[in-house]
Amino acid sequence: MAETGRLTAPAAPFANPVTLMRIAIVAGVLVVWEAVAASGLLFRDVVPSLLVIGRATAELLADKTYYWHLGVTAGEIGIGLLIGGLSGLAVGILLGSNKMLSRAFEAYLYYLGPTPKIIFFPVMIMWFGVGPGSKVAMGTISCFFPVALSAAAGMREINPVLIRVGRSFRASTWQMVTKIYLPAMRLPVINGVRLGLGVAIIGTLLAETKLSNRGIGFLIINAYSTFNMPRMYALLIVLFVLSIGVNALVGKLGGVDSIRRA
Amino acid sequence: MIARAQRNLLPLSLGLGTLIAFVLVAEVLIRAGAVNRFIVPMPSQIAGAFQRVIVEEDIPHRFLVTAREAFWATVLLALVGVGIGVLLYRVKLLREATETWVAAMASAPTVLMYPLFLVIFGRSETTIIMMGFVAGLPAVILKTIEGLAGTRRVLVDVGRSFKLTEVQLFWKIFFPAALPTMFVGLRLGMIFALINIVGVEFLINFGGLGQLINDLAERYDLPGTYAAICFVILVSVCFFFVTDRVEKWLRPAD
Repeated sequence: MAETGRLTAPAAPFANPVTLMRIAIVAGVLVVWEAVAASGLLFRDVVPSLLVIGRATAELLADKTYYWHLGVTAGEIGIGLLIGGLSGLAVGILLGSNKMLSRAFEAYLYYLGPTPKIIFFPVMIMWFGVGPGSKVAMGTISCFFPVALSAAAGMREINPVLIRVGRSFRASTWQMVTKIYLPAMRLPVINGVRLGLGVAIIGTLLAETKLSNRGIGFLIINAYSTFNMPRMYALLIVLFVLSIGVNALVGKLGGVDSIRRA
Repeated sequence: MIARAQRNLLPLSLGLGTLIAFVLVAEVLIRAGAVNRFIVPMPSQIAGAFQRVIVEEDIPHRFLVTAREAFWATVLLALVGVGIGVLLYRVKLLREATETWVAAMASAPTVLMYPLFLVIFGRSETTIIMMGFVAGLPAVILKTIEGLAGTRRVLVDVGRSFKLTEVQLFWKIFFPAALPTMFVGLRLGMIFALINIVGVEFLINFGGLGQLINDLAERYDLPGTYAAICFVILVSVCFFFVTDRVEKWLRPAD
């Protein structure tokens, strides 16, 4: 008779040691935070009570003007991502498809990419004014580099057979881009867009904190100027959740996970 | 050999030639009035401003201030980042519980916490160093874990066959094996730290090279502003080039 062994029921999600550890870490951080807030070790309001932060977050989310500022920032980031992403994609395809151009210009992109883009902000103000234009420009130059470099790398990884098939069908340049290149380099392009989105958010919001009268960056620096610490914490928490969420959403919509599993 | 050098020379000439042509075209357009010279200064003016900015604005001192901030941020990254990475590698449960959080932190715009750091540490070098440190931390932690986890099993078995203690095993086997990957993490961390350091210097108008750009822009010294931006770009490029070479030297197989 075959030995069947003993069947054990799968552990309940809460009994999972990893989940328990996570709960313990979060609880520990919250307890330490509350203890520091109550102790008065730091200046008053620098570490406000969790209750105060929670109330500030609720007030922020119920505030209509917050959504208007969020809309302004989202618009600036969206336009920046569109312009920077499309131009980055075009440059990436060009560099990836031509060895000579790649060797001539890609080093410039590679080394310029990690430079701190915020230093260009005074120039962007001169060129596009103090309004949303300069913030869009900051978003654009921030996201251009990661998208261009990812697209160039993705272009080089395309199976040459696919390109030969396209050429044998006498596909036009536009058809080659839309039917061969883009579908074949979907993963690196999406990864580039994800990276680009992250730096576009940073570039745009930093520009807003420096010089603006609208947007989430303005709200953060305004909370700092008026020493409204609970509101600043609330803004940072909501912003972090939104940034990480949007980043994950782009990956999911692009099917990065499913591609990796395949 | 000569043919290879010629093959490399052509793209290099094309890249440099295009850059020079772009500068010349800009000079001509601005001189002709097609581009407003009160918005974009002539490249010749920018080149002329270099010496003035270096001498009058004391660039060597500002460079040293930024370098000092970057150095302390790197020291913190090496000590804390590698330390946390080693801890997470050793304690599997802790790693499984927090690794996704560390990765999420890498995609969070932590630099936007600078007003918070201003409140905590004041308008000082500490704020700038801490902002650099926070920005680079996830990369160092994740790469340290990756490096340690990638140590070849046979090396660990050899160490165990020599009855090495856990501490000896770490310093003689794990650490040297993980060093190249750990350096990749440290390099990434240093890049993020430098970006944030210069950025925060610019934003809070304090410190070295970032503050210089802000100062010159507020004085509406356009050639000076452009020259300072070019200088920061040059410094960044040199920094990335050197660290890139060191990384390639450490990982010749890649």
